[in-house]
Amino acid sequence: MTFFVITLIKAALWAAAILLSLLYLQWIERKVIAHVQLRLGPSRVGPHGLLQPLADVMKLLLKEDLTPAGAHKFLYLLAPFLAVSLALVPVVVLPFGPEVEVFGVRTALHLADLNIGVLFLLAVTSLGVYGTALAGWASNSKYALLGALRSSAQMISYELPMAIAVVAPLLLANTLSLQGLAEAQGGYYGGWIPRWNVFQLPAPQIFGCVIFLISGFAETNRVPFDLPEAENELVAGFHTEYSSLKFASFFMAEYANMITSCAFATVLFFGAWQPLWPEAKGSGYFPTLLFGLAGLVALYHGLHPARPKDRITLPVVALAFFGLAAVFLIPVVRPVLLPVFWFVLKAGSLLFTFMWVRATLPRFRYDQLMAFTWKFLFPVAMVNLLATGLLVAVYGK
Amino acid sequence: MPETYPQTYFPVLVQIVIACAVAGGMLAGSFFLGKKVRNPVKELPYECGIVPVGSARERFSVKFYLVGMVFILFDIEAIFLYPWAVIYRELRLFAFVEMAVFIGLVLCGFFYIWKQGALDWSPRGSPEE
Amino acid sequence: MDLVLFLTFAIVAVGCAVNLVLQRHPISAAISLIGVMASLAVLYLLLGAEFIAAAQVIVYAGAIMVLFVFVIMLLNAEAERKTGRSLVARYIGIPSLVLFLSLLGVLIHALYPSAERASFGGFTGGTPQNVGRLLFTRYLLPFEATSALILIAIVGAVWLARKEAGE
Repeated sequence: MTFFVITLIKAALWAAAILLSLLYLQWIERKVIAHVQLRLGPSRVGPHGLLQPLADVMKLLLKEDLTPAGAHKFLYLLAPFLAVSLALVPVVVLPFGPEVEVFGVRTALHLADLNIGVLFLLAVTSLGVYGTALAGWASNSKYALLGALRSSAQMISYELPMAIAVVAPLLLANTLSLQGLAEAQGGYYGGWIPRWNVFQLPAPQIFGCVIFLISGFAETNRVPFDLPEAENELVAGFHTEYSSLKFASFFMAEYANMITSCAFATVLFFGAWQPLWPEAKGSGYFPTLLFGLAGLVALYHGLHPARPKDRITLPVVALAFFGLAAVFLIPVVRPVLLPVFWFVLKAGSLLFTFMWVRATLPRFRYDQLMAFTWKFLFPVAMVNLLATGLLVAVYGK
Repeated sequence: MPETYPQTYFPVLVQIVIACAVAGGMLAGSFFLGKKVRNPVKELPYECGIVPVGSARERFSVKFYLVGMVFILFDIEAIFLYPWAVIYRELRLFAFVEMAVFIGLVLCGFFYIWKQGALDWSPRGSPEE
Repeated sequence: MDLVLFLTFAIVAVGCAVNLVLQRHPISAAISLIGVMASLAVLYLLLGAEFIAAAQVIVYAGAIMVLFVFVIMLLNAEAERKTGRSLVARYIGIPSLVLFLSLLGVLIHALYPSAERASFGGFTGGTPQNVGRLLFTRYLLPFEATSALILIAIVGAVWLARKEAGE
């Protein structure tokens, strides 16, 4: 019985966390890209534009819900529904930390540890293509259909190198359970270098990791692979005809898929919740240090404000950071928060890379895009897999 | 911790229910709260401001179809890699040779399609090449 | 509990299958078929065949049905036109369907009179580890033969597509 209750509590907590981060990921991305391009980004709604996501949601909520003439009514509704629901499911298998004891109850931080965790993630991802394909087809619009065709051909083409790049780290860990994968990456070489799959002997997965991330960019239709929504040729691609929250749901699905990709990469290659250096050598105090430093920086800028309103807002931000730093010192919550911190830090760094790439790179041409996956990525992934196999078979313990 | 096998999938069920609720809520929210002022011009599919010409559902290049078909075949190959990876430590070199033979044969097919030009998207003889 | 789970997904599967036949637009039929595949995957999962369930979703729902949807989109298939209902179908079809189903029921009952009811969770040998162990030792030859089959299919696919494009 306690199992069911705990599951419901955890599910509610993680769902709330994911929805909140989806809301603010958009804000973070706009800010990051703006600063890369020497702009300010959203800054009008609330201090530093912090209320912008809420304003966007309110605006979209009150927009008219259009259905284009000649659209297939049912599929036109089904497409955004599929996109969002399939994007939100994968979080259930992500391992956020080891088993911990909270208030006398022993539980794992993740929701479910499946024997087929990796396959579950791939299966849900492989269904995601329907949201795109059906959206374009049902809209009865040329741009939407062209965008959908391009997008679905791209998604299935990049699914192959991804699926093969995933197998190579599995050869090192010999399990399909994500929790098992995380645990297999514990320990350190020479006391300092973590045994994550990117570093793990006998076959460090550096190429595998790069292939996986590139496919991740393409799977989530992000720059430089965002041809389905190449606005100069296809208006908005498969969601041209969508308005109101239905339009927002495709964005939400894109961001959720991005989070899943980054979290999956973290588990496969970067040791999930394993800290960067051993706990015994003080990695447990890293979050306090990090948030403390961030707080000091914010405080300094608050005392030497560039704009008059910074005098109030930045010290508040500094206080929030100091509060976070203090929370990481409370002994009761440390075993829960530390693994989650490391997991979020790694996945967050990858998310930042996604945004950085978007701010920096131009878009591929379509034939280049397809040639890249079939003629380069797929063979390279195969070679990487066979090389890993040989190394593990000969030198593995 | 889950006690029986079906219980391990209970969290997945919960998550699916939550995901469907969020998705349904988003669709319903804008349906009930948004304005509803309809007219035929507004409902026209977008075509840069002019009245749409012809049907939107035209026929397309057979290339897309070919990609779909080739994808199925390599996907079947990829699914075999997973049970292979989890027992790799038990069979080691034997498993490696088995899979090398399997992948080798499939890769022959891959190079055949490459040679046949099924992977080229720009038409032959176009100025790009 | 087992019975409820089984009945839920069995009804979903059969319902989707019936819907597949009744739908007049090919793309709605394809969506129903995806529903059938997905509910079958859940049934496999409940019976303990975890790997098969995942493979079912990845290969059937995620790859083969994508091709179906592509083909329907590419050929611009329209909804079927209603024809006048044939009298033969109305007066012989339904009775023969009932007859077929009852015959099937009688046959199953006669062939497996004392079959135990499967309990979900009773069998847990369908993990990827177990499948792999069998596939890569005892059933090695069929596995390697699959690669030849895939090779033949690849050559066939390219040949067909090239013929179409050449016309």
